[in-house]
Amino acid sequence: MPTNAPEPQPASEVSDKGAAAVRFRGVHKAFGDNVVLRDLDLNVEPGERVVIIGPSGSGKTTILRVLMTLERPDGGTITVGGRHLYHEEGRDGSLRPAGEKHIRSVRSDIGMVFQHFNLFPHMSALENIMLAPVQVHGKSKSEARALGLELLEKVGLAEHANHTPGELSGGQKQRVAIARSLATDPAVMLFDEVTSALDPELVGEVLSVLRDIAEEGSTTMLLVTHEMGFAREVADRVLMFDQGQILEDGTPEEILRNPQEQRTKDFLGAVFEH
Amino acid sequence: MEDLILSEGQYRQLLVGLRVTLSVLGWSFLLGVVLSLSVGVMRLSSNRVVRGVALVYVEFARGISSIILLFIMAYAIPILFGFQQGSRLLLASLALGLNMGGYGAEIVRGSILAVPKGQTEASIALNLTPFQRLRFVVLPQALRIILPPFGNLTIEILKGTALVSLIALTDLMQVVSIIRQQQLANQVSDVTGLFVNVLMIYFVIAQVINGVFRLAERALDRRFSSRPGDLPTLGGPATAAAGAGG
Repeated sequence: MPTNAPEPQPASEVSDKGAAAVRFRGVHKAFGDNVVLRDLDLNVEPGERVVIIGPSGSGKTTILRVLMTLERPDGGTITVGGRHLYHEEGRDGSLRPAGEKHIRSVRSDIGMVFQHFNLFPHMSALENIMLAPVQVHGKSKSEARALGLELLEKVGLAEHANHTPGELSGGQKQRVAIARSLATDPAVMLFDEVTSALDPELVGEVLSVLRDIAEEGSTTMLLVTHEMGFAREVADRVLMFDQGQILEDGTPEEILRNPQEQRTKDFLGAVFEH
Repeated sequence: MEDLILSEGQYRQLLVGLRVTLSVLGWSFLLGVVLSLSVGVMRLSSNRVVRGVALVYVEFARGISSIILLFIMAYAIPILFGFQQGSRLLLASLALGLNMGGYGAEIVRGSILAVPKGQTEASIALNLTPFQRLRFVVLPQALRIILPPFGNLTIEILKGTALVSLIALTDLMQVVSIIRQQQLANQVSDVTGLFVNVLMIYFVIAQVINGVFRLAERALDRRFSSRPGDLPTLGGPATAAAGAGG
């Protein structure tokens, strides 16, 4: 049962230009009997920074994974920048399941950073970053190298360009992973518990990179995180997610300081206890 | 001790056999590797038909005795398709290569599955095509797991090449039978020297194969550590020049 009404939404179901950066309509996803997304509706505006919180197993990571096409939804529609992700639109506006080519074309607007970094261990930090610009975006090696070095500098790792992931700390790996994602210049960036696998003293360096991206302001960010302090600082909106649905949706102030739902209160209570 | 050293003529005969053995080994290895990689990848296809075809091949290649496959290749296929006898070496290699591909495909499949799923997910997030994911991300990492069992498999094939003597190819083993008959004709009864020699030859080839695979493993492992050379730098005349040149 959706309790809080989501933000006002455009009435039209047809994708329109200048539309939401990300829009979920009735998205459904189950793993066996376990329903993780329950007719989910969600709008994210361009440039908006949305933090998704909620108990583990509530499906919040699945939102990101479905958006990144790592999981296929069982039903509903998703648009990215006004374009349908899993559907192709006919002339008459009817929708049919999209082919791989269409999905790939829409996917180029999205990037993702993972909890466990998922850097390619047989490539140096620089090679990790250069791969997509060269292979996917057709940049020359020297262009990609310049871009890679620029991004490594941005995340404070220029001197580690030649090091492989095995030689980097967790925090450094995650910063390389962020740089790798930035190299594809995605309009929407997804961050899946990017600090959860890090030693506590390494969390700060990664958050500071995220803060930099947030401050630049042009990238739409969806973050699943347990860092409530960080959420309060950078988020435009916080979504409390539970049992496959958005339980509460509001500013960080509203959700974190003054939650309305008992389940949100319980969850925040449990998080802040630690 | 002198008995262990054969005559020059006999070594010359063995050399002829060695060349056939190495040719059969080379061709069947080549075919085996191509089949292993392609069928191993096909086994993991999302397309059911492709997966099914690959599975049928694997089960046949592993389930059929290589000597029967060899006889089919040597005697049945030429009659069916009207081949010349001269292609018997290639047909024998085909039989052994088909056999190796069955085992190799399973090694490749297992090795690809052993690469963490997050690697594929990261390459999807970077929007690589399925082929690029394999080529740049999954296979280079799977190769590390593939190499040691492939070394074993190659040595198995080396030993399997002795079977081609049964279809009258003059490989090392066939030459040994020929020399043995010559010795019997000359009333030489001691076979120790001959067999110790041929044993050493097989052993040395096996060690060379081992060495090659070990070198390959080491070369691959080097990719998992720092790149040698100067750190690339941003800006500066060097980068500008490289940029213009590239």
